[in-house]
Amino acid sequence: MSDSVLSGKGITKVFGFGDKKTIAVDHVDFDFHERELVSIVGESGSGKTTLVKMLLGLLSVTEGDIYFMGKKRDISTRGKKREYWKGIQAIFQDPFSSYNMFHKIDSVLLDCINMRGGAGLPRSKKIEMMTEACGFVNLKFAELTNKYPFELSGGQMQRLMIARIFLLKPKILLADEPTSMIDACSRATILDMLLQCRDEVGMMIIFITHDIGLAYYISDSVYIMEHGKFVEHGSADDVILNPSADYTKRLINDVPKIHAPWDFGKALG
Amino acid sequence: MAKKMLEVKDLTTKYITRFRENIYAVDHVSFEVEEGKTLGIAGESGCGKSTLALSLMGYYFPPLYYSGGEITIDGRNISGLKPDDVRKSILGTEIAYIPQAAMNALNPTAKIIRFIEDVIHAHDPKKTKKDIYDLAKERFEILNLPSDVLQKHSVELSGGMKQRTVIAISTILSPKVLIADEPSSALDVTSQKLVIKMMYDLMNMGYIKSMIFITHELPLLYNVTDDIMVMYAGQIVESGSARQMVFDPVHPYSKGLMDSIIVPEEGTRDAKLTAIPGTPPNLKDPPKGCRFADRCKYVMPLCQTSFVTMRRFGELDDDGNAESQRRYRCIVPVHELKETFKREGGLRNTGGAAI
Amino acid sequence: MKNTLRQIAHSPKFMIGFCMILLMVLSVFIYPLIVPGNPLEMIGLGTFFRPGTYVSVYDSVSTDKRYVIKLSDAAEKRLASKLAPEDREVMKTWLLAFGLPEESIDLENTEELLQLWRNTYDPELRFDNMTTAVRKHVQRTDAKLDSLLTDTDIIIASETDGTLTQSGAVGANDYVNVSEIANVRVLPLGTDNFGRDVLKEMISALGTSLLIGLIAGTIATVFGLALGLLAGYVGGIVDDIIMFVTNLFTVIPSFVLLILISFSISQTQRGTVTVAVVIGLTSWVWTTRSVRAQVVSLRNRDHVNLSKLSGHSLPRILVADILPYIASYVIMAFILQISSGILAEAQLSMLGLGPRTTTTPTLGLMMYWAMLYTAHINGAWWAYFPIVVLIACVSFSLNLMNTGLDQVFNPQLRG
Repeated sequence: MSDSVLSGKGITKVFGFGDKKTIAVDHVDFDFHERELVSIVGESGSGKTTLVKMLLGLLSVTEGDIYFMGKKRDISTRGKKREYWKGIQAIFQDPFSSYNMFHKIDSVLLDCINMRGGAGLPRSKKIEMMTEACGFVNLKFAELTNKYPFELSGGQMQRLMIARIFLLKPKILLADEPTSMIDACSRATILDMLLQCRDEVGMMIIFITHDIGLAYYISDSVYIMEHGKFVEHGSADDVILNPSADYTKRLINDVPKIHAPWDFGKALG
Repeated sequence: MAKKMLEVKDLTTKYITRFRENIYAVDHVSFEVEEGKTLGIAGESGCGKSTLALSLMGYYFPPLYYSGGEITIDGRNISGLKPDDVRKSILGTEIAYIPQAAMNALNPTAKIIRFIEDVIHAHDPKKTKKDIYDLAKERFEILNLPSDVLQKHSVELSGGMKQRTVIAISTILSPKVLIADEPSSALDVTSQKLVIKMMYDLMNMGYIKSMIFITHELPLLYNVTDDIMVMYAGQIVESGSARQMVFDPVHPYSKGLMDSIIVPEEGTRDAKLTAIPGTPPNLKDPPKGCRFADRCKYVMPLCQTSFVTMRRFGELDDDGNAESQRRYRCIVPVHELKETFKREGGLRNTGGAAI
Repeated sequence: MKNTLRQIAHSPKFMIGFCMILLMVLSVFIYPLIVPGNPLEMIGLGTFFRPGTYVSVYDSVSTDKRYVIKLSDAAEKRLASKLAPEDREVMKTWLLAFGLPEESIDLENTEELLQLWRNTYDPELRFDNMTTAVRKHVQRTDAKLDSLLTDTDIIIASETDGTLTQSGAVGANDYVNVSEIANVRVLPLGTDNFGRDVLKEMISALGTSLLIGLIAGTIATVFGLALGLLAGYVGGIVDDIIMFVTNLFTVIPSFVLLILISFSISQTQRGTVTVAVVIGLTSWVWTTRSVRAQVVSLRNRDHVNLSKLSGHSLPRILVADILPYIASYVIMAFILQISSGILAEAQLSMLGLGPRTTTTPTLGLMMYWAMLYTAHINGAWWAYFPIVVLIACVSFSLNLMNTGLDQVFNPQLRG
């Protein structure tokens, strides 16, 4: 087994207090390893987005410990947070809201170079790096420079988000439903690039989705989340083809399929 | 031979932009739906499938305008009717429409029974509240919806229940054709199944005669519909039975679409997912030739220049019915396309072997 | 950005409002160049002169050059203006008593009336139904008429060494070219109670009022924006404290607060800038509330999260990632704040709590003085009505600009 890059013990997030208390994430344990592609599957309201924000350090953890690269995560100061964010980055669901529409595309990529300590590099070197990153996601930097994000299509925007990740080269990439706003026939491009990020750059990818088929297609191991808890986890083949938890069984049973018949049976009683 | 419930001939509708440009979002679309059948419409976002659904109702409001063609429901031509006539005599009784966000359209301050009263009173103002309540209660019970929903407000219902309630309300007058535009996309899979089950029930019990089902989720479309039509850039590019379309598409675009199907079943991981590169053409100025030419793997010089018409292929059955006949829009003959696909490894879904 | 500007330029509402404001601002700067002088100079000794052109009597007499013009209607005009309505009534009384039919007497037509009078009047005649007092009155009126009708010169004398010496004679047909008179005052809107040129004062007051609006609007917007951004973005205890203060200010009507603060500042301290600051400090509440609401919804947008992940600092995120998205709203709020600042100053001044100044006029102060000297009862409409119209115009044009911007920024509203 390779080294653990991110693990958590008893991660809990409680919103509100008193009577209005809601437990979004409930004592969740996990252990992600290097160069692994893990899917977290859950329906809306299962707490997967809350978990993502906690892992990113955008939300405080109510209870439990997160271990990053074997050490307990410490993001108590801004400097430490910055250091942590060099190791963990994210792609979000909606490419249209992921960009500041008042900033040009160049500034998005330049930010990444600066964050990796390249602020002092000569202009030509920076352009070279940006061109390489755009090439990685099959975009031409020369065509994008001086453009605004809203001049691109959704797919191009999401690819540029991956170019950003390519420049940042974090240890861990959290992809929060990166394809759910994109047409099915362009989905493969994004998925391919994520796999490339793992294979060529060596990232560990946490893929968040509600589509159990997609999770099965792309991931090495799968965590199924229901009401803030992981009900099942294991390798993709194990979990999807031989589910053990009732929730997973129901989920797989209710998803329309094309080979096996899709019955209305049990769920309807 | 089954009765034709809905017949659409060369329907063309357009959007007029603020700059007075015409965008033909539905361009010479022809198809028919027989009684008891469900027709599915597939395509990328922006291909015109939702516009087609709106256009079928015959209810146009700016910036959408009628431009040409005929819509016939159960032998009655409804194209060219005034919006008021459409609202009075078509919507609800001939055609019902369920948009994706239908469940958010319920006014939260009114009880469910009020909406049903409104719908019925629009067509039969004399009906008493008691009659309406009895009718609604009976219908709700048949459809496995608890009848106490009628006395509730929409905010008290869950998302799936709301969506099913909306469908029950819009079909209360037993319309002949139900158009469902992504009726279950915003729901989780279990609620989605209940919504689909309910639509089946409506169909089986004869409350609706035919259905048009629009979704971008292809596995769902495959399971729900009898026939599937693939739309691209405002045109139909291929149509056929659901099984043929999913396992044996002939148009390169349909094939690309079907290749993107991912289901949690064995074999999904074995074949590599491929994407269709590029983006659909801008309909302000559509290409002269094949609209898919720019993205097609098998493009030839002729594709760019010559207008491509719909072509029929397949054989007629014994009665001379065109039931097994399929249509596609490509200049390459069917057998050549099939051979090419086979050479390239066939369809992903079938594990590499075309049926 | 360029596109938005073009859209704004094509919005008729915005452009009309903008042109109106521009016209007002330009007149504030240009009018003093055309009509120089202190706007608060008291040019007339007396209150509420009607609008008109005023010629110095002294200058017109002592002008060297004179022109003798035989104007037939000039005499008539002079007669018409000199012959008071009561004198005409007296003439009519006598003529009626003489036995003339009432239709033949036209009081308006001076020439005919005089003709009739000269032909028929006889001071010796006595009528039974006319008292001696009335008869004497008619005789006096007739004598007055005689002096009016004489074409003799008026001799102007000056006193040098105790004896009068003739310094000039003004004939009935003597005229002076207006451009040769040293002191001609055109008062298009007359004078106010202190004898100050209303138009000049009003334009100067418009400048002050716009300045008050601008200062008040800027303070309210900056204050409201800063608090709203902090409350919305930082959240937590900061949000709670700011919202507590904001709610406190919302509950107390800001105008009451404004009155109390204005009152507690001693009169000598209450200058225009002070009043503007006080207005600004009491009207930031709504800006804070709405900016906060917008920031709360923006805070959870993915681009803000990504900006955080890129390690950007709080001020940078606020300025670069949040402010541009609410900028359009802030501009519109700013315009409305200017408008309400101007109105607030007018309201305060009407209550006598406006700026205490004898050096700069404001629109509110002009209204205040006009009210104090009962211009509305005296019928001196020019002292208050143009100011009311001007305040309405300022408010209207700013609101029009705001509506125009709203339609550009929120296309759903366009219909």
